Order: sequence, then structure tokens, then C-alpha cells
Amino acid sequence: MLFGKQGRDDLVIRGAHVLDTAAGVDAVLDVRVDGGTIVQLGTNLETNAHRVVDGQGLVLAPAFVDPHVHLRTPGREDEETIASGTAAAAAGGYCAILAMPNTEPVVDSAAVLGSLAETAQAEADVPVGFLAAITRNQGGAELTEMAELASAGAAAFTDDGQPVVAPGLMRRALQYGAVTRRRLALHCEEPTLSKGGQMHEGAVSAELGFEGYPSVAESLMVERDLALAAYERQPLHLLHLSARESVEALSRAQVAGVVATGEVTPHHLCLTDEAVRSLDPNVKMNPPLRAEEDRQALIAGLRDGTIGAVATDHAPHARHEKEVPFEAAPFGVTGLETAFSALYTHLVEPGLLKLETLLERMSAGPARAYGLDAPRIAVGAPANLVLLDLKASRRVSESDFRSRSANSWLLGQTVKGKVRLTIAAGRVAFEG
Amino acid sequence: MAEIRVMREDLLPPKEPPRRHLISIGDLGRDDVERLLGTARNFERSLERELKKLPTLRGKTVVNLFYESSTRTSSSFELAAKRLSADTMSIKSAGSSVDKGESLKDTALTLGAYDPDVIVIRHPQIGAPQLVARYTNAHIVNAGDGKHQHPTQALLDLYTISEELGRIEGLHVAIVGDVLHSRVARSNIQALALMGARVTLVGPPPLIPRGIEAMGCEVSYEIDAIKAADVVYVLRMQRERMAEGANFVPSLREYTARWGVTPERLRPGQKVMHPGPMNRGVEIDPVVADAADALIEQQVRSGLVVRMAVLYDLLTHGPAGVQAAALHEIGAA
Repeated sequence: MLFGKQGRDDLVIRGAHVLDTAAGVDAVLDVRVDGGTIVQLGTNLETNAHRVVDGQGLVLAPAFVDPHVHLRTPGREDEETIASGTAAAAAGGYCAILAMPNTEPVVDSAAVLGSLAETAQAEADVPVGFLAAITRNQGGAELTEMAELASAGAAAFTDDGQPVVAPGLMRRALQYGAVTRRRLALHCEEPTLSKGGQMHEGAVSAELGFEGYPSVAESLMVERDLALAAYERQPLHLLHLSARESVEALSRAQVAGVVATGEVTPHHLCLTDEAVRSLDPNVKMNPPLRAEEDRQALIAGLRDGTIGAVATDHAPHARHEKEVPFEAAPFGVTGLETAFSALYTHLVEPGLLKLETLLERMSAGPARAYGLDAPRIAVGAPANLVLLDLKASRRVSESDFRSRSANSWLLGQTVKGKVRLTIAAGRVAFEG
Repeated sequence: MAEIRVMREDLLPPKEPPRRHLISIGDLGRDDVERLLGTARNFERSLERELKKLPTLRGKTVVNLFYESSTRTSSSFELAAKRLSADTMSIKSAGSSVDKGESLKDTALTLGAYDPDVIVIRHPQIGAPQLVARYTNAHIVNAGDGKHQHPTQALLDLYTISEELGRIEGLHVAIVGDVLHSRVARSNIQALALMGARVTLVGPPPLIPRGIEAMGCEVSYEIDAIKAADVVYVLRMQRERMAEGANFVPSLREYTARWGVTPERLRPGQKVMHPGPMNRGVEIDPVVADAADALIEQQVRSGLVVRMAVLYDLLTHGPAGVQAAALHEIGAA
């Protein structure tokens, strides 16, 4: 299901604080990688002429998995390519990413999927899984050939960017999708409620004069999709949750036994609609930044595991498309290269989230949501590792991005927590 | 929550002497408003003279960049600049390179190459004035951006109220109608609250934005609520913004029957205002519009002197000193 360069690198990382609580590791250790596989954890390990990386004062964790990336290929290679997007992912500490199918053309046939997989196999710095569309051309009318797409390697199915509007069709997707053994990932938005919406509906939109995109436009669809999943006894994954009511609905469904997972983005965890007062097009995204009570509910949901995954919803946009008045700008911000630092700075440092929890929600959590193998720091596991410098800070600047686009909400801000090394699928994919 | 500042420092112009802009009433303090109204009063006296032109802004250039149709705002800005002896240039979107798909950024860069001192901009999209401020060195005056702000309208309304009623503080103003689509309403709510007036919004629930009370106003869905006000400010029912099937109100007929401002719904002595253009017989009864208590023509007259005051204030107060903080500085946007 994942396509990208594989490696058989040999190295020893010395003296890092190795942190993988699920594997029961929380100690200063050396980690030895032979031929791309973790072979030994211990102290004073033999290096056998392997390259040695000094990990003193750094944290070594399972590398991250991003379940929600827009690689813009095919169709908008000026904004991102598989090569640039995966280089950005490596720089952000990711060892695997999942790409959304809302490209031009849409990934709705085995032919398009096959060509992407072939390119990724040759060019991708970190392995990529491609999601395929639920409906043809994401048109919300007819199902794609889901079984064939799954055989061709589709990692899961989604119409991300669009909701599946008709409940009857959503039900069919859940029913038929079962034969693929892949997750359905749903963009929950009731379009007649969100129509024309530029930002969260509330006191800030009232004052600024923007048309509102109310929380209920999301939560109503979340409730509908969870009800259908419960009825059909099928699992599902909820994309980029933004509203308190959505988190509450997901939690209720989980308690009732529905197999449902959810994800949240760094920007929804760090910002609120107050940020829109800047009128900066780089705080315009769908779903929109919501109120402080929503942000607190998202943080609480991430903390207690209702929301199992952090997803960047990395959405590159050409510079000229964002250099317009807020109302004319497209939705979306980049995130691959800033997710960890943003969340470390805005959640971990102020004490809102434990580092261990953040690391889990950025790695094993998203892998689990899609049925992928979770990166582990254990003997015999493939080397998917990230080496983090929590003390280093940097000012986010356009010139540092490996992504072809720079529409980041963090431009000009100083953040803490730097990725020093990323090993993805046994290969050193980034060093900084 | 952690303090997070979202600011595109990379895109801000170099830190030359700060330029002042008038983009939102929210950028003004009470002192600023009082100074501007005082300046307008002085200009009003000067206009009583035989020779109406003042040499104050000779050699300065004011560009009017209008992306939306406008009669009173564009003509009063143009006349205001001319009365102060500034050179003016008016650009309307129709017939300009905007028609050929030029981006606002490129238009701003093009105009900026002529080094205008002031760019007055009206644009259908919120945030357009900030964008032009970012790419030129001119002082920017917002003449209306989408549904966001129309600060000179609010200033001229304050001027009209204070001239006619002798004060603003402690007055009760009812703003009636389509608040949702109204930049005039937003600027006026802020301006009136800033000056110590009490504001009540009156209209059908779908046209009163949720959460607007946070701006410091009250809300009523009953037209009877206007009776308690000293001033009834009637908003234009913006038919062009009422997309078909939007169902904000079932029909204009029902709107008029329920929320139209008629003589019967007013009490003697109540002043009535309207930013224009009026839909007579829709939001305002023609008898009300033409009555002696209507201040609608005074508003238009105030527009000229208030806009003269704004141009004068932007171009004659230096960047240093207390008054530098007066109007909006880019970077605080």
C-alpha cells in the first residue's frame, strides 16, 4: 500500500533519549541499524564501522505518519510534486504519508493510481500511500471501482475536499467498501449550511462581515456518517475535525461500539477564529479555525484518545493564489515541515499535552487509523526513526521550505523543536 | 491559550517611517474621532467662503480605485481632494486592466509606481485595502471592503449626529434592517459604541449575524424597539446581495410589512438616517424619507467635509508623536 524509496542504511545513533512508550522504551540508549533494520538497543554498542550519529541531548522517537497530505500531483505540479512533498515530509520527521485523491484528474481509476505509484516508487523520499476517490471524479454520484482500486494499491478511500452529500450513496459506499478491507475517510460538511462560508460563524465573523461556516455544518454530517457506520457495522475515519460537537459525537459513537477514528490538524489545535482578524489568507482553511472552546475540546480529545491522529492536511497553494484578499483566497495551508514544532511549541511547552502523547498521535495513532504498521523502536523492526532537538528554536521562513509552496500560518514565527534526522523505511531521508 | 500572533512579517514593507491608513473604525481611538470631527467642522466653515478651494494639499496625489459602483462615496472623495487642491485620478474597474484579469496586487504595484500619496479603495472583497497597503507606499483609505468596513461613512454619520443633536454620548441609536450584509452597520456599531452611544440592532433574525452582540450592541427582532431610540438608522435592503433561494426573508413585501420604517412606527422628533441609496417603499416609507426629521441630505453634505478631514489628517500629521498612533498603522492589521 505504500510506495517509495527503500533503504538498507547502516548506522548507530548514540546516546539519545529513546522514547517509544508503546514499546516500553524510555531511556538513554544507543540504537543500531543494520541494513535498514533496528538490530540492537543498548549502551556502548559496537559500531562496526557504521556511521555514528551523536544523539546526546536529543530525543529519538518512532518517525511520524501523516494521514492527510495533498501532493497536488497530477495536475498542479507547480504547487507540489511527489518528490518535493515527500522531501518536505522527511524534513518534518515523517516516515510515511497518505496522499489525497482530489487531484486533476482525480485518482478514481487504477490507471491514474498506477502511474502515481510508479512515480512514487522512484521519487518518493518517504513512502506514500495513495487514497482513491469514493465517487467518480469526486462527483458524488457514482461509486468508483473500489475493488480494482484496492487491488491496484489504494490505501483507503475518500472524497476529501467534498462531502459525500447523498446519504443513500454514503450508505452504499460503506456497504460495498467492505469488500476492499480499506477505510473510508470522510470529509464532513453539510454543503447547504457551509455555502459561501469564509470562516467560523461566531462573534469574529459577525464583526468582520464574513459569511459564516457554522460548526453544525460539520457536526451534522459527522452525526449522519457515524449513524450510517453504526447501522452498517463498518469502520470509518473522520478527517480534520474542527468542532467541539464533532468530538462529542465521535466519543459517543466510540462508546457505543462504532469503529471510528478521527484526526485533527496542528492549525486547529493551535489557533482560533481570532487569528482571522489578521485577514491573512494563510489562516483560511476548510474546515475553518473555530472558537477557543472548540480548540480546547480538540486538545482534550487528542489527549484522551478520542481523536487518535494528528494530520497536517498539508495543502500547498501557489503564491499568487494566496496573494489576494482573504475572501478570494483558496482554502488550505501547508504543514508537513512545521507540524511537530508548532505542536511542541503551542501544546507541549505550555503543558497542554504530554510529549509522549504527541509522539504517539503523530505516529502510531495515524498508522492505526488506516491499518498500517506502526513505526516502532524495537529489535527487528524496520528503521523508521526521527531524532528531535527539543531545545533548538528557529524562525519559520519561506526560504527554508522543501515544499514547493510556502502558504504556512507560521511564517515569521519562532518555534521550538527541530528535526535533526529522519530515517524512513530503513533509509536516511533527511538530515538537518 | 498561548499567545499566538499571526503576522506575515516576511511580506510587510521595510520599516520606513510608519504610514497611517484608515481601514477600520476599530483602528481609531476616541481622541482620533474627536480630532477628525473637529477638523471637519473647520472645513465646513471654510466652505461657507466664496472661494471654496484650499491650498492645503497642493502637489499631493489622491487615487480613487473603485471596484464597485458608487455615486456618493466616489464623488465626495474626489471633490474632497479637489477642494484641498490635491491632484486626483479615478480608476473604475470597468474599462481598466482589471477587466483584463489583472490581480489586485499587480494593480497596486502599477499604481504604486506613480507614488500616489493616498489610495482610496472600494472593493467587494474583505481584506482588499490591507493588500493594497502591503504593496504600495501610499496611505490607504478604505471606502468599503465587502461586508467588512466603511469607516468614512461611520465618521460622517457621527458628524451628522453630533451637528444635529449636539452630542453622541448617551444617545440611543437603532440600526434597522439587513445588518448581515452591511459594512455601514459594522462601522457604525463600532463608531457609536466608541463614542458612548447605545446601539440596538433591529431586523429579521436571519439578517442579524449570530454573535454580533459582542461588538457592544443589543439586538431586537421587533420593530417596536425603534420607538425608544433618539436616532433611527435605516439600512438599505441590499437586494443585489439577496441571492435567489437564500431565504433570508420570504419576500420583500413581508419584510416591508414587518420591518419597514413608516411614520406610524416613529415617534415625533425621532431623527432618521439612511446611508443611501434608498429603496423607497421597501426599508423606508417615502414620507419618512422626505420628512423634516430625516437627516439624509445632511449626511451627504457631511460626507464631503469628513472626507476632507480624513485626507488632511493622513497627509499632514507626521509619523512621530502621539497622533501617529491615531490612524491605523500597517503591521497592526
